Amino acid sequence: MTQRAGKLLTATRYWPTELWANPWSLPRYRAAAAWLGGIVAGIALIGAGVGELAAWGDRLLALLGRLGLSAVVVAWLWLLVKLGCVLGVIVANGLWAVWWERKISAHMQSRLGPMYAGAFHGWAQTIFDTIKLLLKEDVTPAAADQVMHALAPVVAIAPCVMAFAPILFGSELAAAKLDVGVLYIFACAGISVIGIVMAGWASGNKYSLLGGLRAAAQMVSYELPRGFSVVPVLMFAGSLDLAVIDRAQAGYWLGFFPRWFVFYPVVGQLAFLFFLIASVAETNRTPFDIPEAESELVAGFHTEFSGMKWSLFFLTEYGYVLLSSFLLAAFFLGGGSAPLPFLDFIPSWIWMTGKAMLMMFVFLWFRWTFPRLRVDQLMDFNWKFLLPWSFANIGLAGAFVWRGLG
Amino acid sequence: MNSEPRPEMAAENLIVTNPALQTDTMFVNMGPQHPSTHGVLRLGLTLSGEVITKAVPDIGYLHRGTEKLMETRTYNQCVVLTDRWDYCSAMPNNLAFCLAAEKLIGAKVPPRAEALRVVMCELNRIASHLIFLGTYGIDIGAFTPFLYAFREREMILDLYEMLCGARLTYNYIRLGGVAADIDAGWIAKCREFLEFIKPRLDEYDTLLSFNPIFLVRTKAIGLISKDSAVAWGLSGPNLRGSGVNYDVRKAEPYCGYEQYDFEVPLGRTGSCWDRYFCRVQEMRQSVRIISAALAKLPSGELLAKGIAKIPKPPPGEAYAHVEASRGDLGIYLVSDGGTAPYRLHVRAPCFVNLAVLQEILVGKKVADVIAVLGSLDIVLGEVDR
Repeated sequence: MTQRAGKLLTATRYWPTELWANPWSLPRYRAAAAWLGGIVAGIALIGAGVGELAAWGDRLLALLGRLGLSAVVVAWLWLLVKLGCVLGVIVANGLWAVWWERKISAHMQSRLGPMYAGAFHGWAQTIFDTIKLLLKEDVTPAAADQVMHALAPVVAIAPCVMAFAPILFGSELAAAKLDVGVLYIFACAGISVIGIVMAGWASGNKYSLLGGLRAAAQMVSYELPRGFSVVPVLMFAGSLDLAVIDRAQAGYWLGFFPRWFVFYPVVGQLAFLFFLIASVAETNRTPFDIPEAESELVAGFHTEFSGMKWSLFFLTEYGYVLLSSFLLAAFFLGGGSAPLPFLDFIPSWIWMTGKAMLMMFVFLWFRWTFPRLRVDQLMDFNWKFLLPWSFANIGLAGAFVWRGLG
Repeated sequence: MNSEPRPEMAAENLIVTNPALQTDTMFVNMGPQHPSTHGVLRLGLTLSGEVITKAVPDIGYLHRGTEKLMETRTYNQCVVLTDRWDYCSAMPNNLAFCLAAEKLIGAKVPPRAEALRVVMCELNRIASHLIFLGTYGIDIGAFTPFLYAFREREMILDLYEMLCGARLTYNYIRLGGVAADIDAGWIAKCREFLEFIKPRLDEYDTLLSFNPIFLVRTKAIGLISKDSAVAWGLSGPNLRGSGVNYDVRKAEPYCGYEQYDFEVPLGRTGSCWDRYFCRVQEMRQSVRIISAALAKLPSGELLAKGIAKIPKPPPGEAYAHVEASRGDLGIYLVSDGGTAPYRLHVRAPCFVNLAVLQEILVGKKVADVIAVLGSLDIVLGEVDR
């Protein structure tokens, strides 16, 4: 019995047991941290060199005006430029966010994630993925409602793009200046659920149907606390215009402590948390990803979608994540203002985007840490906890404003 | 987030009975191809909205007829087939068959082989429970613990590969002993792994076991009472999760389990979380058993003397059962004096555990199906054999 066929493993494969206990003992880790810090500092310095993007926009508009075209044509051209910029941001965000999510999830799970495509840390992975998705066969199940099945992804993504119109990408840097900006964004974001319900219904699949119905219940419910949690901010700023909310947070207490709404005692932190939770639920991400619920409903409402139709749903999800991140930054994290006075030389769009990316990281972090709630627990949490407490928070904010502290 | 069981959620109260409203139940075919049925289990679910009014498990998609195949093979050849029942923990399968066959033959296993059998079976219990922990996390929606669990399991598989060259189907425990010996290098690596896994288990507790969302999803879900658990014939962590103190290693010790000092973790309420946490605690106990067994490993032979290459046991019958990773694995073996078993029957723990599903699923949500099914920790290879 001592004879054996084949070869035995003589040493274990990859057991860096000491390294896992203390990864910082490895020079590679310290070098990577230095690299990351350098990249962040480099972006900030390049931003400082470029200056405010809003100023560049004004210069471009002035240039268009000097071309000798009629005012109507200039207005339309300017609209196209802004539309192109917003669409570009949404699509580029899709590429970036997918790669980033894959990298973050991988590093949280002691993996590496994409490493080969594009040679440097798989940066080209999502570009190749997009090419794959574009070339993929578009399958419509025989049992599906053909028209609704084709229409659903469009109905889902169109409001997402529309909602970006008044979003601030820096102080005064928005595609459209709307006095009712906040209201408009929430109104647009609420329409996407129709696309998801359509997708669930039209697929002719029972899992999709369940996913679509769950999405309808969840997204409609979480609209309420999401809206109400922002009310304190609107009361403090006294406007629904995002630019005004952004300006209201400029300046410092005692000369160094930023006047961001998240730092308003109790009421600011509560509003921030409620808005964050409701936003995660609105974007259908873990721990509120019950409409997709991979382990239960296969893939929920987009089970029967493939190729570009599927990727439109994907783009919608990441679009809403970006939207929520920018809203969180604008409402609570001071928008385009610097956290400390001496950092004012870095332009507002860098601060805004940086804060939004920080919030986006929180979204990704949630997704790879938490389990998923059940559909009725999700509803209980919304109606019995989030909604009453966001009302209470409005009352608290009222007391602040009444005492003249806001 | 109220997680108490609610009487108004009983199945009969959930069907809308407004005559003006045309309502109907929906039949959903969950499986055999589904991400969370842990293999090729098919569940026929009748749903009223999201609530289950009837659940019928349908098995047999992975039937390979090993019991019949063994009737034409010699006893040593049969050991190879046993690996394929519960492929997530193959060592106890080997062991159960060998114990039954050794009873027929009348072999006396040397002490070193017995200690090695204990070490390997307990390592396999850790590996198997790690798979459970990871996949249960995915069932509930947490993806990250899965990769942590598989990272640790990989180390056990490396240890097995150093031992016998196989990573999943070992064919290591043979009639009258074991196939290969371990050396000092292997023991050192095993100790390194044991030291590594202890803090990892605490990490799982902070990441998953005591996560509030995980608790609300699994506590008070899929309750199996003590009586019900005994009546359905559950075994293993599913039985102990309901608070019944029955472990074959304690009740009828084999391979010298009586020499080792370990506790049998028990649950209180029989919920999904209790079954889950029983397994986590069992991993801690397994670490204890392996450390003790490695510390006082006897020297000597690996195989019993005087067993023929093709044994012909005298006519008779034997039953041996072991505490496999998923429960009480029993082998009933009948010999007619020939080289092959006349009849072999497997008391597969997963097969018995699965049956309780139809009772506890009624009145639950679709999401709970996955939570309950995952907590029973079935392996379809063993259910269908």
